[in-house]
Amino acid sequence: MSARGLILAGLDGDRTWRLQDYVARGGYEVFRKILAEKTPPDTIIAEMKDSDLRGRGGAGFPTGLKWSFMPRSFPGNKYLICNSDEGEPGTFKDRDILRYNPHTVIEGMLIGAYAMGCSRGYNYIHGEIFEVYQRFEEALEEARAAGFLGQNILGSGFSFELFAHHGYGAYICGEETALLESVEGKKGQPRFKPPFPASYGLYGKPTTVNNTETFASVPFIMKMGGKAYMNLGKPNNGGTKIFSVSGHVCRPGNYELELGTPFSELLAMAGGMRGGRQLKAVIPGGSSSPVVPGAIMMDCTLDFDSIAKAGSMLGSGAVIVMDETVCMVRALERLAWFYHEESCGQCTPCRDGTGWMYRVVHRIEHGEGRPEDLDLLLSVAGNIAFRTVCALGDAAAGPVQSFVKHFADEFEYHIENKKCLVPPAVQETGSQIYVSQPC
Amino acid sequence: MLSQESLQQIDREIAKYPPGKRQSALISALRIAQQEKGWLSKEVIEFAAGYIGVPPIAAWEVASFYGMYDLTPVGRHKITVCTNLSCTLSGGVHVAEYLKKKLGIGFNETTPDGMFSLKEGECMGACGDAPVLLHNNHRMCSFMTIEKIDQMLADLERQ
Amino acid sequence: MLDIEIDGKAVQVPVGSTIMDAGILAGVYIPHFCYHKKLSIAASCRMCLVEVEKANKPLPACATPVTNGMKVWTRSKTAIQAQKGVMEFLLINHPLDCPECDQGGECLLQDLAVGYGDTGSRYREEKRVFVNKNFGPLIASEASRCINCTRCVRFTAEIGGEMELGQAFRNDHAEIMTFFGRTIDSELSGNIIDLCPVGALTSKPFRYSARTWELSRRRSVSPHDSLGTNLIVQTRNDEVKRVLPLNNEQLNECWLADRDRFSYEALTSEQRLTTPMMRNGDDWHPEPWDKALAFVSSDLRAIVSEQGGQALGALASPHSTVEELYLLQKLARGLGSENIDFRLRRSDFRNDVACVGVPWLGMSVVDVHDLDSILVIGSFLRKDAPLLAQKVRHSALRHGLQVCTIGPNAENWRMPMATRALVAPSEMVNTLAAVAAALASISDKPLSGKLAAKVPAAISDDARAIAQSLAEGEKTAVWLGNLAEQHPRAAELHLWAQEIARLSGASFGFVGEAANSVGGYLANAVPTGKGLNARTMIESPRQAYLLLGAEPDLDFADGVATMEAMNHARLVVAISAFDSPALRQVADVLLPLAPFTETPGTFVNCIGDAQSFEASTHSRGESRPGWKILRVLGNLLELPGFDQDDFETVRDEALGGGFRGRLNNTIGDVPEAAPFEARAGTLQRVADVPVYFADPLVRRAPSLQKTADAALPVARMPSATMAALGVQVSNKVRVTGTGGAVELQVETDENLAPGCIRIAAAHGTTVPLGPLHGELSVERF
Repeated sequence: MSARGLILAGLDGDRTWRLQDYVARGGYEVFRKILAEKTPPDTIIAEMKDSDLRGRGGAGFPTGLKWSFMPRSFPGNKYLICNSDEGEPGTFKDRDILRYNPHTVIEGMLIGAYAMGCSRGYNYIHGEIFEVYQRFEEALEEARAAGFLGQNILGSGFSFELFAHHGYGAYICGEETALLESVEGKKGQPRFKPPFPASYGLYGKPTTVNNTETFASVPFIMKMGGKAYMNLGKPNNGGTKIFSVSGHVCRPGNYELELGTPFSELLAMAGGMRGGRQLKAVIPGGSSSPVVPGAIMMDCTLDFDSIAKAGSMLGSGAVIVMDETVCMVRALERLAWFYHEESCGQCTPCRDGTGWMYRVVHRIEHGEGRPEDLDLLLSVAGNIAFRTVCALGDAAAGPVQSFVKHFADEFEYHIENKKCLVPPAVQETGSQIYVSQPC
Repeated sequence: MLSQESLQQIDREIAKYPPGKRQSALISALRIAQQEKGWLSKEVIEFAAGYIGVPPIAAWEVASFYGMYDLTPVGRHKITVCTNLSCTLSGGVHVAEYLKKKLGIGFNETTPDGMFSLKEGECMGACGDAPVLLHNNHRMCSFMTIEKIDQMLADLERQ
Repeated sequence: MLDIEIDGKAVQVPVGSTIMDAGILAGVYIPHFCYHKKLSIAASCRMCLVEVEKANKPLPACATPVTNGMKVWTRSKTAIQAQKGVMEFLLINHPLDCPECDQGGECLLQDLAVGYGDTGSRYREEKRVFVNKNFGPLIASEASRCINCTRCVRFTAEIGGEMELGQAFRNDHAEIMTFFGRTIDSELSGNIIDLCPVGALTSKPFRYSARTWELSRRRSVSPHDSLGTNLIVQTRNDEVKRVLPLNNEQLNECWLADRDRFSYEALTSEQRLTTPMMRNGDDWHPEPWDKALAFVSSDLRAIVSEQGGQALGALASPHSTVEELYLLQKLARGLGSENIDFRLRRSDFRNDVACVGVPWLGMSVVDVHDLDSILVIGSFLRKDAPLLAQKVRHSALRHGLQVCTIGPNAENWRMPMATRALVAPSEMVNTLAAVAAALASISDKPLSGKLAAKVPAAISDDARAIAQSLAEGEKTAVWLGNLAEQHPRAAELHLWAQEIARLSGASFGFVGEAANSVGGYLANAVPTGKGLNARTMIESPRQAYLLLGAEPDLDFADGVATMEAMNHARLVVAISAFDSPALRQVADVLLPLAPFTETPGTFVNCIGDAQSFEASTHSRGESRPGWKILRVLGNLLELPGFDQDDFETVRDEALGGGFRGRLNNTIGDVPEAAPFEARAGTLQRVADVPVYFADPLVRRAPSLQKTADAALPVARMPSATMAALGVQVSNKVRVTGTGGAVELQVETDENLAPGCIRIAAAHGTTVPLGPLHGELSVERF
């Protein structure tokens, strides 16, 4: 855990996730204050807007703006959903938040529910982290017992019921409308938008879906004020962000940094390159964000705007670091397989196109590539991107387009020479099971 | 079909949702049924569908869509290895290869004694702990090494 | 209204329209696969991607709402590129088996591939293959052809009312299937054949029998239920090859019930009667028409002159045309007989004296959409009138129509039900009275005249709930179903239903048993004065019977009594499309009748639409249209008024200038009848007429006979009744009625009123029981 930051700060102790630990860190203070002072919901939403907090799940949509879309005077239930269906390769921040600081998510959701008038919420947790789901259920029990959840919370007249819901092995459920379908007990097939969840969400009722880290940030924003939070980062990129660093670094893990911090600083915090090898490429925002060559990445700062300028996305802040031992064709083959495997099968371009892309990359990797294959790949990717119901099509096309763009020589070498530019023995050294700390 | 305890667990899940929205508990109901029965047979799915109150095909859609359900029998210990990019950069594929050799089975196979099944998994959201694997869907094993795999298998065999 | 410009054409569309709607209004065709006007929007095939001003990507026309001032291009470079991309993806896994595919010539994928496909494929890998499914006897599966548009899945859930199909698995392994190989059992299942844009779902009976472009198309009308579904009968070489829906938004929309779609198979049945046949002792001989008709006319004349006209009874199927029914009654009356009827399964005819008009649905079918509450009394609606039930279902699913029923049966109608008062036949009148009483107290209006004295002391919760629902609804209806019409106290049910409708302001009417249940009245095929009705003609056997299109054992309220009466008659003339052992047993002459595809004719449906149709093919063999047979017979009998040249003349004579004024469900005082109470130790029979046993045509349609709905009749009882009898599922029981005894297998039916046993009618195995209603004794076998 990093010493810096807000959400992950002070989580070095043995047991950090219990209600008493959270309260000792000042938890639920701001929520109590809001209830006691009967802070007008508009004030909260204004603070959220001032914070320049952008959604931490990947798309980076301004949270305050999203909250303002919820209809004010809607008769009946409005829903609040926390998206903890973290399955984007490279991303593992929400797991740590829920493991070590679950109550900050609950408090963030309570404040959101209060601001938007939601009476019921669900936290949708990735099925593969079932132990975390169980821990979150325990946290909910604690919060209920302490009177933070339920009817007439702390005598304020405000009521909010919150429950945990788990996935069971479908990446697509991280897409917010697929997630809603999944909460309804169906396959996770995304809905077409419009209508957006704010008008037609869970069970057809107004619903807001935010990422775990987004909710976890809310108590801190309300505590320090929107402007102060924004100033931790920079305009349009407010606050701190948790970066999940994985791959060829010495100390993979979560690092919470102010937005705008240089990438080189993050790399250093993660212990630098494993075995002192050369940085080859970085996927800066989870597997769906375009790959960036190492040299370009070293010049970037970690914020939405800088990474966008480098042709990629900050996304979920999942930084996958790859060194010189990586065969980019093989890396893409694995990602292409992932998107094919996880395509929900609903709409044509993604259902039939992701498998096609995988098969072409697969044959290039296995020495059966044809000269026209790179054009074909780009054309197929182009026919998928922006043509699908949800963003999975774009996410599947992005890696193909960026890998081929930045590492065309490796692909061409594969096609021409039926083998890899990076000798297999070298590849082995990079990806061996690390028996002991190699740094 | 299912034990009283499983039914109580399903009832607890149903209670999380508004009246008339029992279907929301379908994913949990199938998970609970699988935990008890080991895998989801036609009869189990049909029972779960009936208990929740949806047509059986709606339950089959769900069972066949989500990757952690087993639609054929698996061994007592199902090991799912993540081989996605982040894990592979830290040896996920090697973990899988080692397990295959050690158990003498490939992915989606079960050892003849019915003890172990091996599956290839997709991203589990724990890339910082790479390489990772899941034991029986719910227990995550992190930072796997040859030694830790050997230890894990030995422990499981003793169970 | 919103302004939108689509491919340069300016149109105005209502708020809430999609770009697809606007395209349809503007006459701009936007290619699509998953979109269907009657189904929910999936927006998943992506074929309808179009370019929209200010949008950063192509948008699906089917799901994108029109905004004011929107500009759309459906054939711009961006749009075409997107559409071609989708087409390429669809084709990579689609087999190239067009030459042997039944969909060829009417395949949306084939058609659109001409416009959006390339000459060659860039896809070099193996195509994905699926194993074909067994969906039952009606629908053939070629799973690999499927493009996953999910129209079929949405149909079963949204129109059929129960999700029978699903899309299982994900990515390009996503596959349309039923639950572990179940068959598709909806009575509307065949519509998914029409909906499937490719050859993944085709008609099993039609399979490989013709290419669609070789077929001629004829408009026709379904001869089965009372809705009058519009048909396109497709023929080749003067043989019906296929039946498709003819869109009629007032009636069937674009749907067909399976009965309408597949009954044509009976047209080529081996039991078709293709030549006149005459009895000689126990032998039967084919004879020429002139000889057979000469025999009939001379015998008829002899009987009438000896015994008087009243010795003759004329009984016609309610599936007969207006022209047939009209000429039959004219012939009977010409011979001095008032004994004429087409209501063959009825047992209570007291309505005949108490009613002033022709009973009908009392409302239009489209108005069902706007109903808030409906009470259906004594009906197997889902199977009796599948598409009328679909209208009710649609309204219940989409608009929250509250559906209430009263009767001994509460089987699954595949729609949300509000209240089902499950009562034995003997309790139905009382239950209606209770609803009326509850309504009277809610609405603070008095019950009419004599009815006030007949209100039961106790009013059940169900009766109260039904009254509440009808009282609260703004637009409401009360329908009497087939079971109510066939009920031994049909007149009282009618009377109380009228009272309920009066008190609640509901529209009120009859579902109607058959295609011409309204037309039969209009054609005057009912007795007047001292004439005998269908029941009394059997109870007081006649010397001669003229039987038109009906089977004596299967189409009457009491098959045993009917056979008995006819067995003792001097002359039975059967005009029938089919031969049968029962007909041979009772008849002296069989005259081959042309069924609906081989004759012109008119049916008047439940909403009073007279729908005429032409013959789709020539008559098979020596069979002849019924109106011609009767006209010639009339001439041979030298009766006046049998000189019509065409069926239209007969129709106009029968229906006159206008008849809508005659449609009237009002009922006056009903004569008292003996009390109807169950005897201890017996069970009350509940007899459904299963959808594929209901008329001579469907009984002989082989594929329909292989469906679950055509399963062998069983004895259904609530488990409490079974326990009392000491029987279990699959046990055999001996069931004895007034007609005789039969052995049947037992099945549990919790949707049956206590004290009842449900045994299907219109099947040879259950005919010996006798009447459709009444008491049966059951013992373990």
